[in-house]
Amino acid sequence: MILGRVVGAVVATRKHPSHEARKLLLVQPLDLAGGDDGAALVALDAVDAGVGDRVLLVREGYSAMTAVGRPRSPISTAVIGVVDTADCAAEPEPARRKR
Amino acid sequence: MILARVIGTVVATRKDPRLEGMKLLIVRPVDPQGKDQSGYLIAVDTVGAGVREKVLVVQGSSARMPAACQDRPVDAAIIGIVDSLQAEP
Amino acid sequence: MQLARVIGAVVATVKDADLVGKKLLILAPLAPSGQPNAAASVVALDAVGAGVGELVYFCRGREASLAWERGAPPPPTDAAVVGIADPAANPGLFAGAATESRR
Repeated sequence: MILGRVVGAVVATRKHPSHEARKLLLVQPLDLAGGDDGAALVALDAVDAGVGDRVLLVREGYSAMTAVGRPRSPISTAVIGVVDTADCAAEPEPARRKR
Repeated sequence: MILARVIGTVVATRKDPRLEGMKLLIVRPVDPQGKDQSGYLIAVDTVGAGVREKVLVVQGSSARMPAACQDRPVDAAIIGIVDSLQAEP
Repeated sequence: MQLARVIGAVVATVKDADLVGKKLLILAPLAPSGQPNAAASVVALDAVGAGVGELVYFCRGREASLAWERGAPPPPTDAAVVGIADPAANPGLFAGAATESRR
């Protein structure tokens, strides 16, 4: 899992049936200093996360598809937690600012 | 499996119910000499690891092989604490 | 899953039998800037009827082959287009501002 920040939602009328009735979030992966790390990912939402939330992002099929209740589906990324705190003893404190 | 060191913890109250009670640690991959590699992972702890310890991490679907992780949404798990290792420089 | 622009299509006559009848698309994943990155392009199997020019999202890995009906053998692919972003409903994405940089 990695940390991410929800930066938007994606609206897709034509999509795989297994993605119907689930929120599609655009999630920016974060480094431990709170900065952007690479391009944003599209993830299905399992915990009713919203824009601005810092979240746990899982990038493995079984975990992602079962978290949103759609086993055996083409789903590789899901938001499975909303982060309360992420503390790093050996690293700079992750940024807490929200956008 | 990779070598990593534990550098922090994550707390999330709202999460997949199958993650209840599981300890989430932030780990940074290290090379055999102990030098930090880039990036980080959030891994489920199955062995009682603590901050600053050097650990073994399995990734992908193999992360669900430990009994504690079975059928849970886990893509990285700490499955060992390294006591010592020998590696050619 | 990742956003990408469909920048082309591939025709292959000789291919695995389980790929027959399926469209092969060339995708340029969106870079952090929001611009399509053709240098990182991938070929993906189309599961939703996407076409060249459309903004789509795609799935990588073993899960990609789960986009087709059960019963038939899963096609041998490691990338599948699984959704098409609606231009009208995603103005930010189409402005190339999906991921404004904070650095």
